[in-house]
Amino acid sequence: MTTEAGSETEVKEKAEESAAETDQSEKASEGAQEVTDAEGEDKEKEKEKDGKEGKGIARYLPTWLKKQKSQSQTSPTKEEPPKEESNSKDTQEEDGPVPEVNGHAEEVEEKEAVKSDEVKEQEAESHSTASADTEPAKEEKVQESAEKSPEETVVTEEGEGVEEEKKEQEGEGEKEGEEGGEEGHTSIFQSPLRLVRKSKMKLVVCRVTLLDGTDFTCEVEKRAKGQFLFFKVCEHLNLMEKDYFGLSYIDSHEQKVWLDPTKEIKRQIRSNNWQFSFNVKFYPPDPSLLTEDITRYLLCLQLREDVASGRLPCSFVTHALLGSYTLQAEVGDYEPDQPRPLDNVGQLTFAPNQNREMEEKIVELHKSHRGMTPAQADVQFLENAKKLSMYGVDLHHAKDSEGVDIMLGVCANGLLVYKDRLRINRFAWPKILKISYKRNNFYIKIRPGETEQFESTVGFKLQNHRSAKRLWKVCVENHSFFRLNAPEPPTKARFLTLGSKFRYSGRTQAQSRVASSLIDRPAPCFERTSSKRISRSLDGAPMIRITEATSENGGDPHLELHSDSKTAEVEIEETVVVQEVSIAPKPGLVTVTSPQEVTVEKEVVVTVETKEAKQESVSSESESEEEAEYQPNVSVSICHTQILEEEEEEEEEEEKKGVSVPDAPSLPAEVEEEPEQKNNAEEEIQAKSNDDPITTQATNGHSLPEDSAVAPEEEEEEEEEEQEEQLKMNGVASVVEAEPRLQVICCSEPPVVKTEMVTISDTFAAQKTEIATKEVPIVHTETKTITYEAAQLDGNGDGEPGVLMTAQTITSESLCTTTTTHITKTLKGGLSETRIEKRIVITGDCDIDHDQALAQAIKEAKEQHPDMSVTRVVVHKETELAEEED
Amino acid sequence: MAGFGHYTHAIVRGIPASLAKEALRSSQSEVDLAGARKEHEAYVQVLGTRLGLEVVELPADESLPDCVFVEDAVVVCGDTALITRPGAESRRKETEVMKAALKNLNLNIVEMTDENATLDGGDVLFTGQEFFVGLSKRTNQKGAEILADVFKDYAVSTVPVLQGLHLKSFCSMGGPGLILIGSSEHAQKTLKIMQQMSDHRYDKLTLPDDAAANCLYMNLPNKGHVLVHPTAEEYPESATVFDKLKDHMLIPVSNIEKTKVDGALTCCSVLITKRANI
Repeated sequence: MTTEAGSETEVKEKAEESAAETDQSEKASEGAQEVTDAEGEDKEKEKEKDGKEGKGIARYLPTWLKKQKSQSQTSPTKEEPPKEESNSKDTQEEDGPVPEVNGHAEEVEEKEAVKSDEVKEQEAESHSTASADTEPAKEEKVQESAEKSPEETVVTEEGEGVEEEKKEQEGEGEKEGEEGGEEGHTSIFQSPLRLVRKSKMKLVVCRVTLLDGTDFTCEVEKRAKGQFLFFKVCEHLNLMEKDYFGLSYIDSHEQKVWLDPTKEIKRQIRSNNWQFSFNVKFYPPDPSLLTEDITRYLLCLQLREDVASGRLPCSFVTHALLGSYTLQAEVGDYEPDQPRPLDNVGQLTFAPNQNREMEEKIVELHKSHRGMTPAQADVQFLENAKKLSMYGVDLHHAKDSEGVDIMLGVCANGLLVYKDRLRINRFAWPKILKISYKRNNFYIKIRPGETEQFESTVGFKLQNHRSAKRLWKVCVENHSFFRLNAPEPPTKARFLTLGSKFRYSGRTQAQSRVASSLIDRPAPCFERTSSKRISRSLDGAPMIRITEATSENGGDPHLELHSDSKTAEVEIEETVVVQEVSIAPKPGLVTVTSPQEVTVEKEVVVTVETKEAKQESVSSESESEEEAEYQPNVSVSICHTQILEEEEEEEEEEEKKGVSVPDAPSLPAEVEEEPEQKNNAEEEIQAKSNDDPITTQATNGHSLPEDSAVAPEEEEEEEEEEQEEQLKMNGVASVVEAEPRLQVICCSEPPVVKTEMVTISDTFAAQKTEIATKEVPIVHTETKTITYEAAQLDGNGDGEPGVLMTAQTITSESLCTTTTTHITKTLKGGLSETRIEKRIVITGDCDIDHDQALAQAIKEAKEQHPDMSVTRVVVHKETELAEEED
Repeated sequence: MAGFGHYTHAIVRGIPASLAKEALRSSQSEVDLAGARKEHEAYVQVLGTRLGLEVVELPADESLPDCVFVEDAVVVCGDTALITRPGAESRRKETEVMKAALKNLNLNIVEMTDENATLDGGDVLFTGQEFFVGLSKRTNQKGAEILADVFKDYAVSTVPVLQGLHLKSFCSMGGPGLILIGSSEHAQKTLKIMQQMSDHRYDKLTLPDDAAANCLYMNLPNKGHVLVHPTAEEYPESATVFDKLKDHMLIPVSNIEKTKVDGALTCCSVLITKRANI
């Protein structure tokens, strides 16, 4: 909460960063070790095994672990950056993944400093301010962001070192971005300033065609993400209500595609043509609700173009009317003595088939607008344009089930189906339960009508899978923008979904309006295309002001930022093994157990996901998601009744995903408590790790204390990156004490990245320093196995062969799930214990939502056996690392 | 929306003697020609004298027994008139005189020339915000497409006409955002489809008799909402429903004879809004 805290945090981040890099390099040097499934009984052994046997990226893990430990012990604060970092940085700069371990973090910083002194200063300033003022209010958000950001960052960095410099850069960029977000910078998207990066980045010249037809040229790093460029453009335009806009480019198939702000530009355009255009992406249904004239002006420019090109069809009269307002806005009042007004008009294009008659009509109408200011003329223009039936409708070619050519129109209200010009069907957003695509098919699942019993699914054929995906994305974005109050947290509202994880990452219209209402600046002057009346005032020159930034922040930019980062796409095969043990006499235990484990699991998943993201960037877009789903509304049918724990789980999930920090009534999550707890936890952990033989080696760099009732939970906390799941802490505490046996062990790989939490909230920064040191960044692995179990259970029963109960393979649109169930019964001290082991294989291409898949699997397991507890979860991941060209 | 129903002109046409015997009809019934002419006279009087519209009366044509039903020959919206290609071949020539009359009113005339297209004005429901075109025995997809092409500003949705002659055989506008709809199953079904297809919300007023749902709505200076509707003699049950429209000036008009040849109230006139200024 103090200014210092903020800076400290930063420092830590850097340190962590460096640590991560170190890890990488170390790992790299160390060579391959295999990660195997930690299903086995002897965790310890297994772990070791894993560590040593590793293959692929997994090899790094052991090293990493060592590193972590040593770090935590050696360096009390993060301020001590590992030496390796500098090296790795060098490496990246040199574009070579040289795994060396030398150098100073400081060096690195220096380098950075050279390039971006200004930036840093600014950062520092904003930093302090932000932390001092803004932070407390935003704690929740910050935390959220922190939760996500650390993961991402870590992952990125690891990946980089090992694999490609590219990644590294990206990661850094991201990180920076994230920091920016946390510190309350200018917008949802990080301020470009902050993104300005280190020296050796290759710069690319981007050409962005603006709505007035002029080109805006700017340099960006080759690895820059879409949002960076977008931000730059908005800055140039002095546009604050930017949520309605976006950048597009023409892909290799001559299709106009929206630039995904969360991804690297380079990987999207797939060519060396850094040419973009700035366009309206979401047409506000009521432009009069926009706050600033400049926004309306830009919208007008877009619509003029839409109308003139015929994309927005309108009648002769409407053409003339719109043209007359354009004329009024651009040249002002009609001047009779003007030599030949028609010539003037003729130079402008108002309609696809503009003719003399229309021009005369335009002039005639123009006369009637006398006295109207440009802004008023724009308003009138928009009032008429918005009524047009095709206003804001994004059309896509498709065929219906019978192969008939149709058009699918995506708009604020839903999905429209046209045959030629006729509307033949319409699916309002509330009617749509699910949107999905598979290959070149696009599906919508429709909520049953009053008289119908069942949901129906309507399918359309697109030209190819790219078009299907593009349409799907547009639908997801439009739905999110116009229908949701906040962007959907990726995990929520849909379960067992594989495929593209894409979600709308910006602000929704609702959020945008709130943000707009907070805009507090004098109306910016702007220059109209052919303005002859408006004097150009230097004051109006576009520049970003601090006030601007502040007000922007009001709209909670953090959220989006982080949901952005969540967008991960992966090719993965995921194996989830859920074992359930019912311990009849002790029901209380169950309760305790599950939540904990669940939490951990999620964490893991998240981690994985993050990693995935990395990979995604590696693997090109093209081969990626063949299919994806999106469920705009949480359909009741999907939500199964859940046990208490599960609910908690969900809540936790939410928190983590973190768009909002919903406080479950049972959740006494108080930020301030956390640090203390953590400290305690840490101490305990250390203490215990020594005494407790059972304690798993902290793969993650955390030592896991077993016996103490409190300990496990705290561990988790730690692991969870200090995300608030006080839930258990408080609620369960008593139970835990009663039943101290529960243990969560992370065996194999250290994919759990609960690291950098520190970043999250400045509040904790001071206290966290130490913890942070301990925490370990994620490792980039090809094969990953994560095991969580309850301590007690390990010892027994493992030896017994399971009885195969069921083995089923379910293939749905989006995923292939194989579930195998083993049931083992053991008699132990008079108690009969039933173990059920389920193996679930989830296979899919990129974009699998692992969290959900995993969470769902666990959920289902619980539902099936409500009286049992989940005692062990082993996640085994095999990921193909797509090799990437630069 | 603001100007919805602000009509200034009405085009009507006389009843030829051939109507009694030759006019198309879905049921076999004897038409009392004199009675029909009397009713029509009263109808025209309401439009002109009582409501103050400028009425253009076109002469009847004996070779066109259905010519009194002018609505089918043209769709007028704003300054544009689309001369239709009626679905019944015997009626195609009805458009000629109509076109001339519309030209005199300085409307932009668009003709439906495509020989694959058919469209009866009775299948076109304009709500003020959008068009619904009923796909019926008389109107096909192509006709609807052309209409959509002519009135580009508006969404044009097609809806099936499951029973009856025209879309407006069981519905019409009763006010801005108010659809009068018959209570038959197919009428209700069609309404559902319309509601689903629309981005706008419509209120509905359900009438026990489908035919009673065909009324003339206007919004006139000094008169406000006006609804010309069938009489209680014809549809006693529905008549009571109209009383719910408290804000409307209700004008019952007898239409017994023309109904026998499927002629409803809207069929007998083309209402036009001519703005004074432009």
